[in-house]
Amino acid sequence: MTARQRRKALKGYLYISPWIAGFAIFVFFPMLASAFLSLTQYDILAAPRFIGLANYGYALGVDDYFWKSVYNTAHYAVLFIPLSLLGSLGAALLLNQRIRGQAVFRTMFFIPSITPVVASILIWMWILNYEFGPLNSALAIIGIQGPPWLSSTRWAKPSVVMMSVWGAVGGGNMIILLAGLQGIPQELYDAANIDGANRWQKFQDVTLPMLSPSVFFTLVVGLIGALKIFTPAYIATDGGPGYATLFYMLHLFRSAFQSLSMGYASALAWLLLVVTLALVWLQFYLASRWVYYEGGMGR
Amino acid sequence: MRDQVALRLPRIRSVYRSVYRSLSGRRLHSAIGKAIVYLLALAFGLLFLAPFLFALSTSLKDPSEIYLFPPKWLPSQLLWQNYVEAWSLAPFTRFLTNTIVVTGFAMFGQLVSGCLVAYGFARFRFPGRDQLFIVLLATMIIPVEVTIIPSFLLFKYLNWLDTWLPLIVPAYFGGSAFYIFLMRQFLLTLPREMDEAAEIDGAGSLRILWQILLPLMRPAIATAAIFSFVRHWNAFFLPLVYLSKQRLFTLSLGLRYFQNLESQAIGGPPAEHYLMAVAIVTTIPMVILFFSLQQYFIRGIVMSGIKG
Repeated sequence: MTARQRRKALKGYLYISPWIAGFAIFVFFPMLASAFLSLTQYDILAAPRFIGLANYGYALGVDDYFWKSVYNTAHYAVLFIPLSLLGSLGAALLLNQRIRGQAVFRTMFFIPSITPVVASILIWMWILNYEFGPLNSALAIIGIQGPPWLSSTRWAKPSVVMMSVWGAVGGGNMIILLAGLQGIPQELYDAANIDGANRWQKFQDVTLPMLSPSVFFTLVVGLIGALKIFTPAYIATDGGPGYATLFYMLHLFRSAFQSLSMGYASALAWLLLVVTLALVWLQFYLASRWVYYEGGMGR
Repeated sequence: MRDQVALRLPRIRSVYRSVYRSLSGRRLHSAIGKAIVYLLALAFGLLFLAPFLFALSTSLKDPSEIYLFPPKWLPSQLLWQNYVEAWSLAPFTRFLTNTIVVTGFAMFGQLVSGCLVAYGFARFRFPGRDQLFIVLLATMIIPVEVTIIPSFLLFKYLNWLDTWLPLIVPAYFGGSAFYIFLMRQFLLTLPREMDEAAEIDGAGSLRILWQILLPLMRPAIATAAIFSFVRHWNAFFLPLVYLSKQRLFTLSLGLRYFQNLESQAIGGPPAEHYLMAVAIVTTIPMVILFFSLQQYFIRGIVMSGIKG
C-alpha cells in the first residue's frame, strides 16, 4: 500500500466510523447482553440471577401463551404476506401504465402507508364498529349482517390483517416494485413483440422474471415486518378477544414491561431472532430457484 | 391487449379479425384497455381513500348524527369546530411540537451520518470494507425489537429514560442501515471522474462530498428524508417503551392517550367525531410532504437500483 492509499483507507474508516460505533453500541453489545440476560432471571430491581436455559424451557414447554402467540403470529403472517404482496404488485402494475394524473394516483395509493399507524388504527376501529361502523352499514345495504369484527374471536385476526394490508399495499413495497418495473429494458418487450408474444406471455416471460429480485426483496421485508406485528393488537384489541390477537411481540412486550420478566423476555427476543433469521435464510435458499438476476447473483 | 384476439382456433380468429377490423379494431381496443386501466386505478384509489373519507365525514358530524341506524353517510352541516374542540381536549399542541422536535433532530442526524457512512463505503478502498458492508446489510434483518430490552437497560443506566435522547441519538450513529444502503447504491451510480478531477485540483474529500456529490445526490436524499420523516413521525413502539411522562409524548402516543382519556369536559371518553378529527390532523403533514416530494422520491429509488 502506498502512503496515499493508506491515507485514503484511513479516511474511509473515518467516514464509516459513526456506523461502526453505532453498530457496537446499539446492535452488537445489546445482542450479547440480551443473550446473557436470556439465561437469567431479572426483574430490574434485583441483580440478574443465572438460571441456565430455564427461560427457553419455560417458553417452549410450559408457557401456553407462547405457543398461542406463535400460532397467532404465523396465522397473521400467512394471510398478510401474500395479500399485501399481491396488492402491491397490482398497484405497481397500474401505476406503471401510461395514464394521466400519475401524481394524483400515486398519492392516493400512498396515503394509507404514510398515515400514522395509531391514526389508521383509530380510523379502522370506527370503520369496523359493529353497530354503527361504515363497513357493517354498507354490508347491511346488500342484506348482509356484518360480524362484530374486532371483538369476535373468529374475525379479530382477519380484521387486523385487513388494516395492516391497507396500510402496507401502497407503501415502500409498491414503490420498489414500481422502480423494478421501470427498470426493465424496453428492448426485451420489443423482442417479445417481434416473436409475436401476447400480453400474458410478455408478463409471464419478461415482466415476472425481470421483476423477481424486487419481489424477493419485498417478500423478505414483508416477512420481517409480519413477525413483528404489534401496534394494532396493542391499541385495538389488547390481545383479545380471548387471546385471539395475542401476537408474539405483544407477548414479549408484556413479559418485559408489564411483568418485568426481563430475562424471560430476552429469551423470547432471541427465539424471535433465530426464527426470523431461519425464515430469511430459507427465502434466500428458495430464491435461487425463482429469482432471476441479470448478470448473475453478484450484485 | 389486441393480441389476445389471436385465439388458437384459426376460424374463430379470422371471424374476430374481420369484426375487429370493421370496427377499426386497434384504436377501439386500446381505448377499451385504457378505460379499464383508469377504472381499475380509480377503484384501487377509492379503496385506499375510503377509510379516510369515512373518517372525514364522521369528523365533521354532530354527535347526534354519528350513532344512527340506518347511517347518515354525509353530515347535514360541516362542523369544523369539532377539530378545534378535539384539539383542546388534550395537550395536542405540545404533542405536535414534541413530534416536530424529535422527528427533525432524528431525521437530520440520519441524513448526515447516512451520507458520511455511505460516502465512506462507496468511494474509499480499505481492508475489510466488503465484509463490513455485509454486516451492515445483515443488520437490516435484525428487528430493533430484538434488542429492545438491553437498549432499554442501557438508556436506563444512562438516565435517558423519559427523555427524547433514545429516539434521537442512534440516528447520529448511522441510524437505520437502510438509508446508508440507499445512499451508497446511489453514489455508486455517479461517475467517479468528477471527484477524481476535483481531487487532482487539490479538493479535500469532505469538500468533494459537499460541493460535488451532495447536489447530485438530491433524489436519494429526498427519498431517505421521506422514509425517515415518516418513520419517526409515525413511530409508536419505541416512544411507548421510552416515554412515560405525558408532557414528552409524541403525536402517536398522544393519540393513544386521547383514545383512553376520560374527560370531565365531555363526560366520558372522546366520541368518534373527535377521534377522527385528530387522526386526520396527524396525517395531513405526511400527505403534504409526500405530494411535494414524490417526484424526487420515485427517481431516488429507480436510480439507486434497489432490488435484492
